[in-house]
Amino acid sequence: MTMQETEERGGRGTEKLMTGTQAVAQAVRLADVDVTAAYPIRPYDGVMQAVAKLIADGDLDAEYIVAEGEHSQFEICKHASAVGSRVFVGSSGVGWMYAMESLAVTPSLRLPVVAMIGNRALDDPGAFGVEHNDAMAVRDLGWQLVWVENAQECFDATLMAYRVAEDPRVSFPVGIGVDGAFITHSQTLIKIPDQEMVDEFLPPYDLGDRLLHPDNPISIAPQANEDWVMEIRKQTDDAARRVKGVIQEAHDDFKRIFGRGGDNPFFEEYMTEDAEYVLFGMGSLSLPAKVMVRRLRDRGEKVGFVRLKWFRPFPTEEMVETLTRFEAVGVVDRDYSYGSPKQGGVLFTDLRAALYDAEVRPRLVNFIGGLGGRELTPEMMDDMADTTRRAAAGEDVPTVRWIGVRE
Amino acid sequence: MTMAPGRALKLDPIKSIKKAPEEEYYQSGHRTCQGCLSALPMRLMAKAAGPRTIVLGTTGCMYVANTTYMSTPWVVPWMHTQLGAAGSAAVGTSAGLKALMRKGKMKDEPINVIAFCGDGGGADMGLAAISAALTDVEYNLLIFLYDNESYANTDIQTSGQTPWGAVTTFSPPGKKHRIMQRRWKKNVPGMLAAGHPDTKYIASGTPAIPVDMMDKVRAALSAGGPTYMHVLDPCPKGWHYDPEHSTELGKLAIETGIYPLYEVKEGVCNYTGTTRQIAQGRRERKPVREYLEKQGRFAHFKNQDFAYFQKKVDEMWEQWIIPGVIAFSYGGPLNITSEKAAIRNNNVERDNASWAGDRPGHAHEELEGDGGLDREWVDDNALGDPSSGN
Ligand SMILES: Cc1ncc(C[n+]2csc(CCOP(=O)(O)OP(=O)(O)O)c2C)c(N)n1
Ligand code: SF4
Ligand SMILES: [Mg+2]
Repeated sequence: MTMQETEERGGRGTEKLMTGTQAVAQAVRLADVDVTAAYPIRPYDGVMQAVAKLIADGDLDAEYIVAEGEHSQFEICKHASAVGSRVFVGSSGVGWMYAMESLAVTPSLRLPVVAMIGNRALDDPGAFGVEHNDAMAVRDLGWQLVWVENAQECFDATLMAYRVAEDPRVSFPVGIGVDGAFITHSQTLIKIPDQEMVDEFLPPYDLGDRLLHPDNPISIAPQANEDWVMEIRKQTDDAARRVKGVIQEAHDDFKRIFGRGGDNPFFEEYMTEDAEYVLFGMGSLSLPAKVMVRRLRDRGEKVGFVRLKWFRPFPTEEMVETLTRFEAVGVVDRDYSYGSPKQGGVLFTDLRAALYDAEVRPRLVNFIGGLGGRELTPEMMDDMADTTRRAAAGEDVPTVRWIGVRE
Repeated sequence: MTMAPGRALKLDPIKSIKKAPEEEYYQSGHRTCQGCLSALPMRLMAKAAGPRTIVLGTTGCMYVANTTYMSTPWVVPWMHTQLGAAGSAAVGTSAGLKALMRKGKMKDEPINVIAFCGDGGGADMGLAAISAALTDVEYNLLIFLYDNESYANTDIQTSGQTPWGAVTTFSPPGKKHRIMQRRWKKNVPGMLAAGHPDTKYIASGTPAIPVDMMDKVRAALSAGGPTYMHVLDPCPKGWHYDPEHSTELGKLAIETGIYPLYEVKEGVCNYTGTTRQIAQGRRERKPVREYLEKQGRFAHFKNQDFAYFQKKVDEMWEQWIIPGVIAFSYGGPLNITSEKAAIRNNNVERDNASWAGDRPGHAHEELEGDGGLDREWVDDNALGDPSSGN
């Protein structure tokens, strides 16, 4: 296919102004989801309002169950998935934590549930705004986690999520991290492809011989104990190792069909070609980060920005290859990990581990900021860039610093 | 005429044990205790439901001891669900089937969905999810609560269904407190029937009376929509008795009036079996003592404890607006002009044992000179069961 054809195909469909949650709902419609369950909590629940309207208007044919709590919400979808339904579910903050037991068993059952997490600070004290600790609480359990930057990526990542989750080599749940308010509730113009293109990208959900049905009378998850649990965990680990390859394949198809998605599925580089140091982070902070990069570049700074998309699987090799080009990397965490090795954030801790084996390692500094939904301003980005620049220059700077905290 | 997707399977009553289907859909492979009357209802329930059935089961004895990796007893498809998730597992499964059938993604046929749970999983942790499921009238499902009156699998702990005064590992009798379990058993089927007017079928049963139980399963599955069954299951390990007495105890629970058998079908409550005879005055209730004395978990009872227990059961029969089902009477008067306004216990002055402040046994001091059975409670299961331990 020529470039022009790709562009034409990408242009097929419609263009609409939408919030992040509305964009996810459009992908849910085009994925022809069969069962969804809702429970209210801000900021994710805009998506459930949008899905409800799609069903009410006859644009989506799905069971819409209003659960009596998130535990049930996620259990309902897990079980619907086991009988062969494509499901959509989601939550935020303490709601996500309330579902934790169900969140833990779903990847062990290898069921491809797709969930949107409208990232929100955990209580107490109450805060509606974004923090990533909710979604990150499942990072060790087999949930594949992708973070998005805007409404278009909300849409794209949702389709990608179904494709990756349901691939028989994977069969894991996928969580889409959508920064509360900044992305869930802000509108951008997005491209919505037509059904035919989506069908080309996303095959029907097929559990094969794992389907729970009277014609396939299997017993799912009997008590295994020490006799078999190790083997079962190892199988799950093997699958986890396959996810990256499947994401790459899906990304290539996505690009071919929709003409979008960037150079690689795992991360985005912004003005990094000759950069000496970069800031690194996930989600909506890319907007002020990019403003910062452009501003500082005007002043001759060799600064860039790298935005991680897939946090699970963590693209270790790619990170080593990319980030070792720079003298220093400033990791911006919209989360915390009290008592962790360097008392830094989760992303920072993981990235340090990923780079440990690299022959040449950049200096890594960590910034904890934007917690509880506080804005990360371009000025804060300047400040973080400056510390990272000084680290690159070999100056003595603190490894971890909290940004924008009142004394 | 095309039928609505997700319609209910019509199953005729079995009526006599000889006419029960020979096919078993729950077979060998489980390793529950001898005389376990929680395993028997699984077998009867699967037999009654037949092969076009999906069974979901919560954690508990009927998971840990019952469904072991590589030796599943289930011939029909079966899936584990989380302890408090019977209601949501049933809803998710039924909703999934319904959507797929409606959308032409799966062959359209009636498939039974049964989610079982223990008393701990269902009547305590999962009560909200069961309640929600019973309001989801679009989905055909049966929640089947097997009530062995304790968290049995974790080594017999007090649940909301443990009878007053019973010994569990969380309510051992001691030097200061003889009675550690001071809560009266929750009236779960009655509560669910009263609170979910759109639920077409709710019943109580016991595997000790197998035909009645199987026919109730069939009635529930045929009713359409969400349904609930509560099944009382004597548990030799938790109740401390010789396994050979399981069926006898199940029957005694009914004959003493402690556990009434009934069904609430499309809003009409009817007693069944022995309970019906009691309710119609054709049979006397046996003293509760006959039932309690046969179980080691009540071996520490003194006369006053038996008396209290009897008083509570009498109260249930004499003061409840529907004995054993609706746990209150009516203060009236009611201004209904219809001829049918027959309300029990109009303006009754209630003498409720648990409100009268005379609950016995909370401290040994009260017991001096009580003259009850002078028995020491001994833990006859002290070594525990190897299959327990979740
Ligand atoms: C969320 C959760 N909490 C606690 C447990 C531990 N647990 C396993 S089985 C069980 C007993 C359940 O009791 P019940 O539902 O009455 O079933 P039974 O064991 O009596 O058959 C418990 C508490 C669990 N599995 N999950
Ligand atoms: S402890 Fe009770 S319920 Fe559990 S297997 Fe033994 S008899 Fe059955
Ligand atoms: Mg129990």
